[in-house]
Amino acid sequence: MTTASDAPLILARQLRKSFDDFEAVKGIDFEVRKGESFGFLGPNGAGKSSTMRMIGAVSPISGGELSLFGLDPEVDGKQIRARLGVVPQDNQLDELLSVQDNLIIYGRYFDIPYKIARERSLELLDFVQLKDRARSKIEPLSGGMKRRVTIARSLINNPEMLLLDEPTTGLDPQARHVLWDRLYRLKQDGVTLVLTTHYMDEAEQLCDRLVIMDQGTIVAEGAPADLIRTHSPREVLELRYPAGTNADRTQEVDGIGARQEILPDRILIYADDGEAALSEVHRRGSQPESALVRRSSLEDVFLRLTGRTLVD
Amino acid sequence: MIASRTGPIRVLEYQFMVYLRVWKSNVAGSVLRPLLYVLGMGLGVGSLVDDGPRGGQLLADLTYFQFFAPAIIATTAMQILTNDSLWPIRGGFVWHGTFHSQTTAPITPGEVVSGLLMWHLAKGLLSAGGVALVLVFFDSTRGWGLLPAIGFGALAGVAYSAPLVAWSASRKNDLAYPNVLRFVIVPMFLFSGAFYPITELPGWLQFIARLTPIWHGVELCRGALHDTLTVSSTSAHVGFLLVWVTVGWFAAQRVFTKKLSL
Repeated sequence: MTTASDAPLILARQLRKSFDDFEAVKGIDFEVRKGESFGFLGPNGAGKSSTMRMIGAVSPISGGELSLFGLDPEVDGKQIRARLGVVPQDNQLDELLSVQDNLIIYGRYFDIPYKIARERSLELLDFVQLKDRARSKIEPLSGGMKRRVTIARSLINNPEMLLLDEPTTGLDPQARHVLWDRLYRLKQDGVTLVLTTHYMDEAEQLCDRLVIMDQGTIVAEGAPADLIRTHSPREVLELRYPAGTNADRTQEVDGIGARQEILPDRILIYADDGEAALSEVHRRGSQPESALVRRSSLEDVFLRLTGRTLVD
Repeated sequence: MIASRTGPIRVLEYQFMVYLRVWKSNVAGSVLRPLLYVLGMGLGVGSLVDDGPRGGQLLADLTYFQFFAPAIIATTAMQILTNDSLWPIRGGFVWHGTFHSQTTAPITPGEVVSGLLMWHLAKGLLSAGGVALVLVFFDSTRGWGLLPAIGFGALAGVAYSAPLVAWSASRKNDLAYPNVLRFVIVPMFLFSGAFYPITELPGWLQFIARLTPIWHGVELCRGALHDTLTVSSTSAHVGFLLVWVTVGWFAAQRVFTKKLSL
């Protein structure tokens, strides 16, 4: 028997989204449960953002079924949005207002009394380590700071579920780590996170479970480690040869490891023992300009399933 | 849980919050500019007209200053709200994304429009009020009629802003926006009956002038100040303006809903 607590917060069946004659989401099934950290991994144009906008009860579905908190977004959009926190891809911070006023007015949209919105805005700015910038304008903030303000804003209504669309795209590595740390804390506090990303490391860091999307469909689903284990040998040997010669190397690496991928910029050899594969390459007299052995990642899973890389 | 119906109020609150940051430049627009108009046109041109051969007869025994000054209540509201219905709308969709962030919260696109037009009405009242304040300082334009004129001026302003908000929102870019000012607002201002009675125009142009909201706004403001309005004329003018407001409001709700629900 399904009880209220284990009912999925999001339930999608054959979910579709079309824009005129373009079908952005082509009938996908997924569920997200309370406290879970769930990701949509895929390249640009995979249909992730369209899916997020439907989950955000902003964009009407074109077909299939979608329920959030057991409610129908078509009918109960407002009630659903009242329980969500949304971090849109482009921040949508109001540059006419100060950092703190951005949070306060957003809180007012949820009917939070002004005094409480004011207090809460300072707590949240403290949480994202920007309390000292409360009176600052938005414009002088760095990209990472703006992102943190947006996350603080999305938490003003104590959401049960946080939707993050490409949370760290365009940020430098340090800013990404600061952001991941904050999101990780939210996850530990039991906030359900749903995020889209085209960064495999982000998906691995943050997601308990994810779906890999490509061209509007889901091509795989599972925990990051399970997906890697299922779809890719343990290690990858990356070889770089002089530019434009990769295609001629097919013979040199043929049969080494479990599988080879000849990409324009590098050759990947999938093997349980990367070092052994490299020894074999050397034994054959092949002289790559550089060689690197690394663990298999979600990027490799994506390549395996779609024949393409995540970031084109 | 019952869905909150406070969306338009929250949007109004947002607009007020932004206004608090820019009110000084707005005051310049609604007090200083009309003051210059009133002084330059009303007194300057007025001295020519009043001393002219048809002065009193043409303006129903009003001085040119008394004729011209109340019209500025309506034209100022029109100009200020027109500006608020062009680039700020683009800003809400594209530059600041305000409309998008409001609709990710429990506010519907229709409520965004309602709140925005409520703000335009408030801003129209402030702008018209600024002009009325200027007119209080002149003996010949001081009177209780200024109070209803503030309301009529604001209504005339929203009769422009409601359809313009719908139009601006429907554009893919802002390239056509300056044309609204050049080819719509400026001609309407010139033919609004603010500067001279439209009976001086050829018949066909008079007919067109009567179809513009601003002529109705000018007639209401002038009539309110000089106590020449009747119940029937007031109802007709107000009714005409309300039609523009209502049509614009519904059109804007449609466009916003379409654009914010992609």
